[in-house]
Amino acid sequence: MNTVGIGISIPKKESNDKVTGRAKYNTDHIRPELLHAWMVTSIYAHARIKSIDLAKAYKITGVRAIVTGDSCPILCGPAIEDWSPLARGKVRYFGEPIAVVVGDSEAIAKEAAGLVQVEYEPLPVVNSPAQAFQADSPKVHEDLAIYEIVQAGTIFPQPGTNILQHVKVKKGDLQKGWQESEVVVEASYSLPQANHIAMEPRNARAEIKPDGQVIIDSSTQGPFNIQKFISKYFKLDNSKVTVRAPLVGGGFGGKTTVHVEFIAYLASRAVGGRPVKLVESREQDMTSSPCMLGLQASIKLGAAKDGTLKAGEFTLITDVGAYCDSGSEMARGMAADCSGPYRLDNLHCDAYSVYTNHTFVTAFRSFSRLSSTFALERTMDKLAFALGMDPLELRKKNALRPGDTSPTMVRLNKNNFGNLEACLEKLKTLINWDEGVRVELGNGKVRAKGAACLWKTSSSSPNAHSSAIIIINDDGTLNLSVGAVEIGPGSKTCLAQILAEKLRMDVNKIHVIMEVDTSASPHHWKTVASMTNYMVGNAVLEAARDFIRQLKTIGGIVLKCPAEMLEVGSGRVYLREDPEIFVDIKEIGSGYQYPEGNAIGGQIIGRGNFIMPHLLPMDPSTGRGRLGPAWAVGAQAVEVEFNQRDFSYKIVRAATVMDAGKVLNPKGARGVVMGGMSMGLGYGSREAAKYSTGGQRENPQLRTYHLLRLGENPQYLVEFVETPDINGPYGMRGIAEHGIIGIPAALANALSAAAQADLDCPPLTPQAIWQACKGAGK
Amino acid sequence: MRSMLREGFLELDVNGEHRKVVARPADTLLHVLRERLGLTGAKPSCKNGDCGACTVLVDGWPIKSCLMLAVEAEGHLITTVEGLKNTPIQKSFVDNFAFQCGYCTSGFLMNCHALAQIHPQASYATMREWLQSNLCRCTSYEEITQAMENVLLKT
Repeated sequence: MNTVGIGISIPKKESNDKVTGRAKYNTDHIRPELLHAWMVTSIYAHARIKSIDLAKAYKITGVRAIVTGDSCPILCGPAIEDWSPLARGKVRYFGEPIAVVVGDSEAIAKEAAGLVQVEYEPLPVVNSPAQAFQADSPKVHEDLAIYEIVQAGTIFPQPGTNILQHVKVKKGDLQKGWQESEVVVEASYSLPQANHIAMEPRNARAEIKPDGQVIIDSSTQGPFNIQKFISKYFKLDNSKVTVRAPLVGGGFGGKTTVHVEFIAYLASRAVGGRPVKLVESREQDMTSSPCMLGLQASIKLGAAKDGTLKAGEFTLITDVGAYCDSGSEMARGMAADCSGPYRLDNLHCDAYSVYTNHTFVTAFRSFSRLSSTFALERTMDKLAFALGMDPLELRKKNALRPGDTSPTMVRLNKNNFGNLEACLEKLKTLINWDEGVRVELGNGKVRAKGAACLWKTSSSSPNAHSSAIIIINDDGTLNLSVGAVEIGPGSKTCLAQILAEKLRMDVNKIHVIMEVDTSASPHHWKTVASMTNYMVGNAVLEAARDFIRQLKTIGGIVLKCPAEMLEVGSGRVYLREDPEIFVDIKEIGSGYQYPEGNAIGGQIIGRGNFIMPHLLPMDPSTGRGRLGPAWAVGAQAVEVEFNQRDFSYKIVRAATVMDAGKVLNPKGARGVVMGGMSMGLGYGSREAAKYSTGGQRENPQLRTYHLLRLGENPQYLVEFVETPDINGPYGMRGIAEHGIIGIPAALANALSAAAQADLDCPPLTPQAIWQACKGAGK
Repeated sequence: MRSMLREGFLELDVNGEHRKVVARPADTLLHVLRERLGLTGAKPSCKNGDCGACTVLVDGWPIKSCLMLAVEAEGHLITTVEGLKNTPIQKSFVDNFAFQCGYCTSGFLMNCHALAQIHPQASYATMREWLQSNLCRCTSYEEITQAMENVLLKT
């Protein structure tokens, strides 16, 4: 039987379109009737808007409308309603949209936007999380007390301050833990905000049909999320909003939120519902739309002399910028996983989100777990140093195992946790750990290695759900329709592989519908949190079972036997005891016609859905609860060659061993993990949102905000451990984000060993290392 | 002398076809290719020459089409990704998983294709120098490097 399903590196289904320029992304729809929008954005980080004068802008020929916040008096937000799509009263970050101009062309709209005269009264800015905490700090939101809380019980703002969220996780007896600790280390870390930089900037089109139907076309990871929020805030029935998402040019979390879609909708509404296209410039994408959070962390760890962790205290302050979006949720996620994948029976974690006058934030690959992991894994290395213990050995000694509990008291088993020790074992060999953490090479050069572990579960809504539909074509091939968006990692291809495996048929005979249309596609929560293959995959399996059931029913009539005697495979329904007695699925997929001419049945449509059971919100005082169904764990290492004379370095090798449960597409999985690692190396070594003393963004373009370029990449070593999760399709675990998580920490650990200095504040540029060494008297 | 303000006719040679388009003197080649000719393979991303997503070939050489005015392209042979037909680099990108989201792919393909044409035996250093002009946020570059190396002739 020529079965092609999981475990095979088939190229992405949309490969040919992507190498011929035929793949259509959202901005590629060029239509003469489209109007174009351009945003007017704030030049101050914090200022009162005294007046907005549109007269000059309206004089430009071809301007059709200009919308300001006054024509849209709403407050919105997924967790707390603190945000207006166009600023009203005051601006709270540099780049904040104030108005949107609609014109016949982008050039016209842009020219007119430049003529909108905004008069500001600058206000003192909150420019760091530490400053946000000070009692006499300016307040980013004076009205925090009256904002509507959407997710009650998950967000705890403190009116009169800049504190938006305070999550507490408490486990065990901390006092006892300190008493048992023979070695204690304590350190603070500061991690900057950064940008997603999906190569396709965020953009949307909006149109309102004569019957009131709203059509939003967006480069989004969450079409159903857009439908939900547009209908909620503009008081429309859910079904009156249709959202379509074609192929998306990268997301990394940055396209999970609803932002430009609101503004595009307002723009269309202002021109009588005509279709309007809003495409952010790279600079707007980096300053106006949400970015990745910043973090200030203090961690104290105590251990017995043999390295056994005894106590941990964590203070995590996330800089979520001017508005909440998912910032409060990320603080929860960090708190829930604060211990890292280590057994820590006594711990306290206080995780905060604070408002600052920085760009607001949203999900970032790993739901920003890379930031808290940086702080923890640097502390682990410091502990190893204080103990005189090998850093990898310390991690292995404390690795969580089935039977242990997470900080929020979820009992771990091999399904929901996997096998971290196996990852560490493999990593040790892969990176030749035993040749030494630090090796002098002569000529002032030194080679050093650093390691870090990772774990992450999703922060899913307890009612997040997914569905799938399978339709058979007359030629016996299948169409698979799901609500997940293809943002790059090849999820749609993996889902086809899952279906092919279940039906035991060639994956090339399964077509996947690439575009998502909320009025036609089955639902999927959001394409986020590494949960697509897990959630949608389970829905696909359910749909496949339904499909098989129907095939067997009609197959039994044709083959004159009970359905129970039949099997499905290779595009046939056949007798289990003799596969040569069969009927082709194309003969029965659209009704079966007897030789005499009469027919029975009809088109076979398989449907399935999935919802995650047993998720429980965290208890406000202890943190007890369960945010996601399972963790994926792994161990990572980075090796650098460091020049002690000029503090420059080369990243030589980077390694990851991940417990993937089951690898669905080996080359695809390797690519996704390496992509995450590459992003982690970028963040660890060079990426940071830089703000001036006035809170203005100083590096909002790719000429000044540097990404890794080809040739700067190290040698990548990626291996997998496969401990199946019984709840994941074929045992798989979600790993699409995880490659990034431990890499900045591993890089900092390697460089700290190389430079013999504590490098606790990325990005670790040669200059930053030099300054840290100078501070340490080296 | 062409008026700098008014739209006018341009004659471009794109993918072997002679095309007449209406454009403003200030329009970039990227804009005209996409908005006037519907050749959306070249992608806007930074529009500042930093990322290479809009790379096309002008007389066989890779050019960032966001930095070139359409009027400057008159009299030159332009090739966009739509003009690549079954070239080795396209297949090599597929085989090596050299893209994920695919948004940077057209630009990389044009750069890689030009390199293979101009320096078919390019050294690693030459390849690195050429391909550093393009950014990819999804992959690790290892896959793109492999795809390129598989197309270059071994020396």
